[in-house]
Amino acid sequence: MALTTVWFGLIAILWVGYLVLEGFDFGVGILLPVLGRTEAERRAVIATIGPVWDGNEVWLLVAGGATFAAFPEWYASLFSGFYLALFLILVALIIRGVAFEYRSKRPDPAWRAWWDRAIFAGSFVPALLWGVAFANIVAGVPLDRAHVFTGDLLTLLGPYALLGGLTTLGLFVTHGATFLALKTTGVVRQRANAIVGVAGLVTAGLAVLFLGWTQVQNGDPGSLALSVVAAGCLVGALLANRLGHEGWAFAGTAATIVLAVVVLFTALYPDVLPSTTDPAFSLTITNASSTQYTLGIMTVVAVIFTPLVLLYQGWTYWVFRRRVASPRIADSPPAGS
Amino acid sequence: MSLSALDLARWQFGITTVYHFLFVPLTIGLAFMVAGFQTAWVRTGQERYLRLTRFYGELFLINFALGVVTGIVQEFQFGMNWSAYSRFVGDIFGAPLAIEGLLAFFLESTFLGLWIFGWGRLPRWVHLATIWITAVGTVLSAYFILAANAWMQNPVGFTIDQAAGRAELTDFLAVLANPIVLVMFPHTIAAAFLTAGAFVAAVALWRLVRHGGPDDGAFRTAASVGATVALVAGILVAITGDTSARQMTAIQPMKMAAAEALYQTEAPASFSILTIGSLDGRQELFSIRIPDLLSLLATGDPNGQVEGINDIQAAYQATYGPGDYVPYVPVAYWTFRLMIGLGLLAAAAAAWLLWSLRRGRRPVGRAAVAVAVALPFLPLVANSLGWIFTEMARQPWIVFGLLQTSAGVSPGTSALEVLLTVVVFTLLYGGLAVVEVGLLLRRIRAGLPDAHPPDEGSDLDEPLTFAY
Repeated sequence: MALTTVWFGLIAILWVGYLVLEGFDFGVGILLPVLGRTEAERRAVIATIGPVWDGNEVWLLVAGGATFAAFPEWYASLFSGFYLALFLILVALIIRGVAFEYRSKRPDPAWRAWWDRAIFAGSFVPALLWGVAFANIVAGVPLDRAHVFTGDLLTLLGPYALLGGLTTLGLFVTHGATFLALKTTGVVRQRANAIVGVAGLVTAGLAVLFLGWTQVQNGDPGSLALSVVAAGCLVGALLANRLGHEGWAFAGTAATIVLAVVVLFTALYPDVLPSTTDPAFSLTITNASSTQYTLGIMTVVAVIFTPLVLLYQGWTYWVFRRRVASPRIADSPPAGS
Repeated sequence: MSLSALDLARWQFGITTVYHFLFVPLTIGLAFMVAGFQTAWVRTGQERYLRLTRFYGELFLINFALGVVTGIVQEFQFGMNWSAYSRFVGDIFGAPLAIEGLLAFFLESTFLGLWIFGWGRLPRWVHLATIWITAVGTVLSAYFILAANAWMQNPVGFTIDQAAGRAELTDFLAVLANPIVLVMFPHTIAAAFLTAGAFVAAVALWRLVRHGGPDDGAFRTAASVGATVALVAGILVAITGDTSARQMTAIQPMKMAAAEALYQTEAPASFSILTIGSLDGRQELFSIRIPDLLSLLATGDPNGQVEGINDIQAAYQATYGPGDYVPYVPVAYWTFRLMIGLGLLAAAAAAWLLWSLRRGRRPVGRAAVAVAVALPFLPLVANSLGWIFTEMARQPWIVFGLLQTSAGVSPGTSALEVLLTVVVFTLLYGGLAVVEVGLLLRRIRAGLPDAHPPDEGSDLDEPLTFAY
């Protein structure tokens, strides 16, 4: 297999890792005001992702860095073209990251309420915009001969892209809910389980529409099969939730996101950013890529270090595998208060 | 005055990068110092080391958070604002960035999460290892990003593909072993330890002179450890900085000529500590000069010849074609000497603190208060000035000798878009700085936390309360 295809696959894997992992972080952030009705409950909700959210976000940085290294033209066209959308995502990620770290530093309820709003908004905006971005990548954007994006923010907000945004938003909320059902106790757990049912049904409708549209537009038999399995996983997650199998429900939403991202990358290949201006201007894995030499070095590095990262991140999840109980947290004040 | 997208993109890079780098050196140095305190606790079992670990650990985390979130912008803005640059250098520049993420960012973020939430949950030695691994991650990260920057200062291991219009990698080891990074890395890491040592010492000194009380013993320890680290690091910064100046004279003579506002080639050349005259140094009214020092700094020989701006400009025109190859001299001149001056002042203040703590003495009076307040800021400002100097005195090049900054900017991005992002980032960063300083002061005022010796292998959720 050509190295360009290998790197297309590796970048897909990095995005899969990012969206599955930070996907539930985003869901947890969006559900914070719904599930955390008291301070103790809110702290329990946030504590479920406390040790891992930052490590999850690094998947994004590595996906961005790997795109820069392996497909510089893709990185350049995409990041300069999606300028304002990425800017909004950056601002959201900044306030959200700071909010996680700073909210407990003062006992003042107004201070904490302010950061809770930041966590909500900082999770909601990227959850929506990543779907918009990926839908645009798959559908293509106006690129000129030099691969420079010639549209504006409104170009990126077409109906297919907005549907993509609502789909990721729904998927992440559902995924966050199955995660919280698995990681909390008592009333928070009950509420999370109830939300899985509602959010899951809405999301299933959105996902079928979005994946169907993708299929009509860019599909082949392979992506059709994957889309059907993805939908099946989501339905399976909802059934598992009904039957009280929280672990399986979480595995189901995780598998749905994995497959949905794989569908998008399958539909995209061998393009990396199609041009709607003229197909001849499209960026492909060939004309966007780095040299064989650079790809070869990057491959060696990735082969050695990616398993290592998976190993120690997996270990972190093992260390913090226990449920977080909100009443217990309520007993003792946070550090420094 | 109308600002172009290019000007605004430059301002944005300057603002976001200088801001990001306020947190980075403190993160690097403080990670090691907190790890040091925790090691002392694990080895001796003395409670004061545990309390210092938790006290400085909290300050470390408050600082770390802003370093992380502002770092995301760094990774994105090459593509957003500098897409032409990204296309030109991506084959070379992207690799160290990607490797930095894969090797360093994962390590830092994952093990820091384990450290924050692992108190009492992980066995003591394993928990200690997590902060050391975090610290190693910060240094690895520094190496790869500095290797990327060094390539912009001194491109090596590449060939130009005329058809593709880009630079292509031919020797990755040459990029990693760029002579510039071999000097820039120790210089930056030493500066990080100077910054963190000064911070630890100044906070402890403030507690000693303003609060006093039962925790004086622990803060005396912190003050001497911090001041010692700062002093030793300050000496290393000076040595590596000296090497760096000689290296720059050979590789980018224009940068060093601008640093001294030396227009005519001289042998021997004197160094001006301070000059009053026209801003760009063409005319001087008053100047304090040390004879032969510039020759010594630049060439290692007190009689060495140092090329002036005019000769270099003529030589560059012959090599690169007509154009203006002179950076903005006032910035180069003042950032260079203020960087050196403030760095030396920080090391001197650390030396003073060590002297005033000798044999159980207690630093008192206005001098002690002044040192406690000024000490944390001296290295911070010097760090920023160092980067402003090395980046601005490389202009007009974004990659020295290969690509000019004006050719690197994103062609499709409008001035209005860049203006919007500059304004929002600046306001957001300003607000976050106020919040951060407020939190740091609050935590410093609160003093040492209780020890709570964490019980090992506990299954309780109680340790979670340490963090969030």
